[in-house]
Amino acid sequence: MSNGVNVQALLDAREVLKGAPEAAQFTWRASSKWQHGVHSTTKIEKFFGLGQEQSHKNESVFEADHPAIFAAEDNGITPIEYLLVGLAGCLTAGVASVAQNRGIKLNSVESVVEGDHDIRGILGADSDVRNGFNDIKVTFTIDADASKAEIEALVAQSQKRSAVFDALTNPTNVTVEVA
Amino acid sequence: MYVTTAVIGAGHAGLAASHFLTAASVDHVVLERGEVANSWRHERWDSLRLLTPNWLSRLPGAAYEGPDPDGYADMGEVVDLLERSAKDVPVRTGVNVTSVRRSSEGYTLTTSEGPIRARTVVIASGACNRPVVPSFDVPPGVEQVTPFDYRNPSRLPDGGVLVVGASATGVQLAAEIQRSGRPVVLSAGEHVRLPRVYRDRDVLWWMHHAGVWAQRYDELDDLTRARRLPSPQLVAGSTLDLNALTAMGVELVGRLSAIRDGAALFSGGLRNVAALADLKLTRLLDAFDEWAGTVPGERHEPTRVPKSARWRLDLRSGEIGSIVWATGFRPDYSWLDVPVVDEKGALVHDGGVVGAGLYALGLPVLRRRGSTFICGIEDDARDVIGHLVRGLR
Ligand SMILES: Cc1cc2nc3c(=O)[nH]c(=O)nc-3n(C[C@H](O)[C@H](O)[C@H](O)COP(=O)(O)OP(=O)(O)OC[C@H]3O[C@@H](n4cnc5c(N)ncnc54)[C@H](O)[C@@H]3O)c2cc1C
Repeated sequence: MSNGVNVQALLDAREVLKGAPEAAQFTWRASSKWQHGVHSTTKIEKFFGLGQEQSHKNESVFEADHPAIFAAEDNGITPIEYLLVGLAGCLTAGVASVAQNRGIKLNSVESVVEGDHDIRGILGADSDVRNGFNDIKVTFTIDADASKAEIEALVAQSQKRSAVFDALTNPTNVTVEVA
Repeated sequence: MYVTTAVIGAGHAGLAASHFLTAASVDHVVLERGEVANSWRHERWDSLRLLTPNWLSRLPGAAYEGPDPDGYADMGEVVDLLERSAKDVPVRTGVNVTSVRRSSEGYTLTTSEGPIRARTVVIASGACNRPVVPSFDVPPGVEQVTPFDYRNPSRLPDGGVLVVGASATGVQLAAEIQRSGRPVVLSAGEHVRLPRVYRDRDVLWWMHHAGVWAQRYDELDDLTRARRLPSPQLVAGSTLDLNALTAMGVELVGRLSAIRDGAALFSGGLRNVAALADLKLTRLLDAFDEWAGTVPGERHEPTRVPKSARWRLDLRSGEIGSIVWATGFRPDYSWLDVPVVDEKGALVHDGGVVGAGLYALGLPVLRRRGSTFICGIEDDARDVIGHLVRGLR
């Protein structure tokens, strides 16, 4: 049975990093450049981890813009939608890993991620409205050789170990500087 | 003074150790800084009753003999039980152990009553010596209380109370504070949900008889996790899960993740921790049914989580007068001058065997899932003292 996740490698890494917290310190990096209007391009390739510089196989390029109803050119998704991409990617990876670890064969995993957003916040139209999402809802549709309860447990466990779920549900210190 | 074995602590763990040492004719002394059952006398709140029913209150040399085996003991009754169990135990009360060091013959103990030399030492000083309080920047106007300071709601300032932590201590204090008329906001992280009664029997009857508490430490998939498991949401006599608290008017919020600019910020993951607890409860009840070989019994309504739980609570608005930290307890080994404590402050041991004549009792899942409970000590003490005695030969 395999969902294609190398769980053994993850379990081994957990054991090694227990005794080597320095090696577990990663820094993920994105480099962004303004294009025109509210359009920007962000590239991601290198990161730091296991004590040294690392690189993805390829550079990835992300366009961020706003849709036409915001009077923009729509060269890419809005920045806040990237959070949905991150959350979906992270929870799905979690479901696959936990399923692998529990010996559950996945046939298909689909999800819809919806973020409710009151844009009066970012427009400054109402100071009581926050800028970010008010609520995020993720709906998974999973076909697997497992009971409904086992599938629910996969989804619950994937949230418990999700970096993006944590980053969205808990506050993080953010420092923004001018170089 | 020289003894073959020095036992540190006269709670039920130290007393149980003594029974097996006496049975093996090992000369020993039990050193207690306060009185027998000191933690039960001085470190518990007024209304506390055991969450384990009386028939489970069994210690070597003493068991519950009263008229209500299905009842739950108050602190006076627990102290009585321990005192009966201490009847023939060589306890020296009022002896504070301030240092334990390796020596050529075993260990040297420095105590408030002078030095004691011992070949072997049993650490039975308790797993809950200090309340754990996370370090947050609480605004000065808000009073902070730990379960060690807390006695009853009337000593809290007026106004709302933020109870942090939804394990046994947190749910019990949240309920009685809410009843006192102070509105409670309960911050819940991962927790263990249990009904008081399943299929007409106390849920701990099932834990005990279905063999959950007897599961051995060396047969568990993830011992580290088992040892960190929070205490269950249980109180004497009735179910006290999050739904029961919601019905009383307690407001649920997520795990406290930061206090920033005077505002408490809670995790948005409350629904997930509730779902995890609901799933684990169902799995546990399934296991009970499987053990009993019967059709499934009743199942419980999923935890009701507010549609949009508050994730921000201004601690400077006057809404909250005090914070009760029900965020767990930890042992204190500041007196242990032997390098056997890891970087997280936990004693390193294999089923209570630390090594070189040093032993421990009374820690979570020391040898079995039920190790920290009163009813779990007899089997653990028999094994650990058995190992100690074999080492003396
Ligand atoms: C709030 C609470 C409720 C609980 N409810 C239940 C329950 O309902 N049912 C159940 O089965 N279990 C319950 N427990 C768990 C467990 O039974 C208790 O924690 C119990 O007190 C543990 O017994 P012990 O002998 O290991 O430690 P303790 O009872 O803490 O005894 C340790 C003794 O060592 C002494 N000591 C410590 N350090 C030194 C030193 N350096 N020198 C000399 N003496 C020292 C202390 O004074 C103390 O008397 C509860 C625990 C808590 C905290």
